[in-house]
Amino acid sequence: MSEPVVWLTIFVLSIFVGIEVISKVSSTLHTPLMSGANAIHGIILLGAVLVTGATDSTVALVVGLVAIVLAAVNMVGGFVVTDRMLQMFTRRKKPAATGPTTGSTTGGSAGGAV
Amino acid sequence: MPTWVQLVYLACAVCFILALKGLSGPRTARTGNLLGAAAAVVAVVVPFLYLDLHHVPLILLAIAVGTVGGVVGARRVQMTQMPQMVALFNGVGGGAAALVALLELKELVPDSGSVGWFTLAATAFTIAVGAISFAGSVVTFAKLQELMTSRPVVFVGLPIVFGAGLVAALVLGVLTVTSPAVWIGVVLGLLGLLLGLLLVLPVGGADVPIVISLLNAFTGLTVAAGGYILQNTLLLVAGTLVGASGTFLTLLMAKAMGRSVANILFGALKGGSTLGAGVASDRPVRSAGPEDVAILLGYADRVIIVPGYGLAVAQAQHTLRELVDVLSGRGTRVDYAIHPVAGRMPGHMNVLLAEAQVPYEQLVEMDEINGEFKHTDVVLVVGANDVVNPAAKTTPGAPIYGMPILNADEAKQVVFMKRSMRPGFAGIENELLFDPKTTLLFGDAKESLGKLLNAVKAL
Repeated sequence: MSEPVVWLTIFVLSIFVGIEVISKVSSTLHTPLMSGANAIHGIILLGAVLVTGATDSTVALVVGLVAIVLAAVNMVGGFVVTDRMLQMFTRRKKPAATGPTTGSTTGGSAGGAV
Repeated sequence: MPTWVQLVYLACAVCFILALKGLSGPRTARTGNLLGAAAAVVAVVVPFLYLDLHHVPLILLAIAVGTVGGVVGARRVQMTQMPQMVALFNGVGGGAAALVALLELKELVPDSGSVGWFTLAATAFTIAVGAISFAGSVVTFAKLQELMTSRPVVFVGLPIVFGAGLVAALVLGVLTVTSPAVWIGVVLGLLGLLLGLLLVLPVGGADVPIVISLLNAFTGLTVAAGGYILQNTLLLVAGTLVGASGTFLTLLMAKAMGRSVANILFGALKGGSTLGAGVASDRPVRSAGPEDVAILLGYADRVIIVPGYGLAVAQAQHTLRELVDVLSGRGTRVDYAIHPVAGRMPGHMNVLLAEAQVPYEQLVEMDEINGEFKHTDVVLVVGANDVVNPAAKTTPGAPIYGMPILNADEAKQVVFMKRSMRPGFAGIENELLFDPKTTLLFGDAKESLGKLLNAVKAL
């Protein structure tokens, strides 16, 4: 298999995986999911480090450093803000789990919440 | 690239897939997110271990600066401002991708004879779309932060300018492949910024979150293309995952609002849109004081509360919860009706109420509660407007036409708590406000709810 075809294969399969993993998401989680996906594309930070670390020109270095700062904001901020949102979803489950109606609100869960 | 590095990147790619999968369910979401973050950290550390990178101190400093900026921003932002924060983070990611591609173009130019055409095309794509994503996200941020009007901004000839810009970008893209030069990349980037502005300016307030999701998918695709240029499989997989899932999520959200993505992006351009004036109407309405509303609520058997963004802005969730407790204590059955796009973004209201620790069992999704309104004595709408606007059913051409709404109009009495007669986020008037069975209680949500609470207690 030629190399471009290998890349194309990875690309096409990733599209299917991307659609598959979020296909059953409830609208309750749309905001955190969008934010989480946002954080993942912050991995462009890796690309920014690679090109900046390989350059010798001053202009390119400056541009690269700017790219690194932007990408790091995207990645770190994205993960932190998503975690903050999700913290709230876990906290509000506690009263439901310890209350008299345990099980009814977590009906779909396999192992029970406590 | 050594084999062990490729294997580490494979593991990181798997972690990203698991992270996205985890985020689709509330039980696994937080673990998934942490797994994704851990994978990202590992992936960024790896090049320092196997490559002889130049400028390492400066690179580390830049990472530190970005990290501090990201953490401070993410910690300070209020939950009500979450959509614009996501937009901003997405924008800087797109900008970073464009800059990376520009630098890579500079590297490719000297030996462009041996570079495949597809690599150059991917470079042009990343520069242009990354810049579009950056500029577009900045505009969505400005709209949501109310630094500019949230209404569509359209000028005569905008479609022509936009079309011409697209053609010019295509020409520059072809030039990048046939005779690559750094200046072409720079011009392409600037053109991308212009296109990003023109793409988002005509989008109206209520549709902005869908555009954020779309731009998020765009940035994902630029990262994927960046992965191809840099021959890095992790970037390719991660970017494609976000591109594909983001596109899918955009379609889901558009469906939840009864809109098509094309209509959202280009609806305002076609003209003839029936957007409201965005100002208060002087038609007569019936308003009442807290005591009157307290009597309505206090002697009702069934009450449904429709919370909206205004409630969260006023930080009145706790007072509302107290009111609900008192009413429940008097034997009234009370539920919260949650519209999927209440707030500024799909799912946003759940986040806001979760922050106020409103009990999970009292939050009822739209499909479950919509049949209940006709058996309901009083609907109390707090700081919401568009999600109960019957225009979504009755007025073809209205910006929200086709969006499923909460059937508040079927209840016996409707009480609106509003600051003023100003229309909601979609910029259109709500006929329900002028309905004879509707009562308005004007004022800040927190103050009004406090007075209402005291009045109910005094009954």
